Amino acid sequence: MFSYCTDPETLATLQWLTCYLTTGVHFSFYYSFLKVLGILAVTAPVALAFGFGGAMAARSSIAPLSWFGKGYIAIVRGVPDIAFFLFFVIALDQGFEWMRHQVLCPDWTDPIRQGNDFLVCPQAKLPLGSAPQVVHQTYAFGLAVITFALVFGAFAANVIFGAMRAVPRAQLETAEAYGMSPRQTFWRVLVPQMWVYALPGLSNLWQVLIKATPLLFLLGIEDVVYWARELGGTKTPQFTDYPHGDWRMWYFLALLIFYLFMTWGSEKILGRIMARLTRGQATSGGEAQRKAAA
Amino acid sequence: MKSILLSTVAIAMTATFAMADGHSVVRMGTEGAYPPYNFINDAGEVDGFERELGDELCARAELTCEWVKNDWDSIIPNLVSSNYDTIMAGMSITDERDEVIDFTQDYFPPTASAYVAAAEGVDLEGGVVAAQTATIQAGYIAESGATLVEFATPEETVAAVRNGEADAVFADRDYLAPLVEAAGGELMFVGPDVPLGGGVGMGLRESDTELKEKFDAIITEMKADGSLNELLVKWFGEETAQY
Repeated sequence: MFSYCTDPETLATLQWLTCYLTTGVHFSFYYSFLKVLGILAVTAPVALAFGFGGAMAARSSIAPLSWFGKGYIAIVRGVPDIAFFLFFVIALDQGFEWMRHQVLCPDWTDPIRQGNDFLVCPQAKLPLGSAPQVVHQTYAFGLAVITFALVFGAFAANVIFGAMRAVPRAQLETAEAYGMSPRQTFWRVLVPQMWVYALPGLSNLWQVLIKATPLLFLLGIEDVVYWARELGGTKTPQFTDYPHGDWRMWYFLALLIFYLFMTWGSEKILGRIMARLTRGQATSGGEAQRKAAA
Repeated sequence: MKSILLSTVAIAMTATFAMADGHSVVRMGTEGAYPPYNFINDAGEVDGFERELGDELCARAELTCEWVKNDWDSIIPNLVSSNYDTIMAGMSITDERDEVIDFTQDYFPPTASAYVAAAEGVDLEGGVVAAQTATIQAGYIAESGATLVEFATPEETVAAVRNGEADAVFADRDYLAPLVEAAGGELMFVGPDVPLGGGVGMGLRESDTELKEKFDAIITEMKADGSLNELLVKWFGEETAQY
């Protein structure tokens, strides 16, 4: 990157470090931080939507819908994450390819399963074999988001389901007494009040989600932990201009700071949201705010 | 949200794509953590003996090739589910693997594996020996009577010796040699070399016979004209076994 980097062996420590930290492979490392933040930014709202939908389904008065919601919550919460990430994603991928195969290659005669091999026609491959690596990575990213959202959505659904039941019955009775329909009661009274009960549980989920991102490497997404391990590993002079010993400790220390910083920032933001949601609520927090204002 | 997801799937399914023949791009899977066979260089690209050989094979076969990194643990499952088309990752040809995937002929002669320890005189038969998971070396140690500790990456097996978790590490001699050299006396080869495996070959899906025959023919050609030997000497030094 810098002009003096052509012969790193001759450099003083500080200059060497500036060269070392700006190699192409280090930029892959920095880029992986953005990737993790991107995944979090996309996954969190999607998982919340899944959770809200799951909770609405679970408390529905239509029996099959309620079974579906409760089944979703129970099954996903019961299956270990790692099994989801290994089995479910491959099954999902193969499911998409199988559907495309049926649509795009109706006159394909070879079996799709040949021993261990899963073979669909070339046009049904997802992404196409000829697609550039970027497309493959984006596809893996999408699969990761769907899987994360499904898993964390189930936990969020359980939290929101509980929060909806925690809203005082008197509030809903009052709404009914004013002549609101069930739908109006739900959207105008129940939903605005349930967030304050859901937030502590949801903030736990958010913290767990932040730390769950290393599971991404199972899906072939090179996340921060993968690069920290790769870069920190011993490098011998034959294969790099920057040989060094086992520096994994330093790289993991950087990750520690990153994750602590994320936690600290999240705490701050969640604290503000909590204060905002508490305003005017019939909870002890809301009461404390009223007293402080008076 | 669900409807957005569904419509995305629907678009993906109904969109028409330009027809491409069998292998317009061959995706080459590797681990990227096993120098000199394959590793990530300073620029962040796959590099090493297998990268150079693979590119040469593709050039002679007039194929467009693309390199993909994959964890060693899941490198075979991802091949058979067609996430890439070949494996070039220092993978020795063994009967167990041959039942699941196919191999070309070897492009690296049957190798010697060796023990490396932090001191002379460690107990290789009864001590603790580190090896990478799902390798022929791990299989050998499991049967040798020593206590086997397995790690997901080669790097961790050597680190285990440095920090005293294991008495010795057992791996391909060619992988260990540069590390021993760079360690400046902290690490040393101990005990005899052990010949293991049937050489390193390129792994392909069993159904992919056409591609396998193509690469097989070119490896034969490169063995005959000496270009494979040149690559071996370049990456593994003068003493390495040649064809």
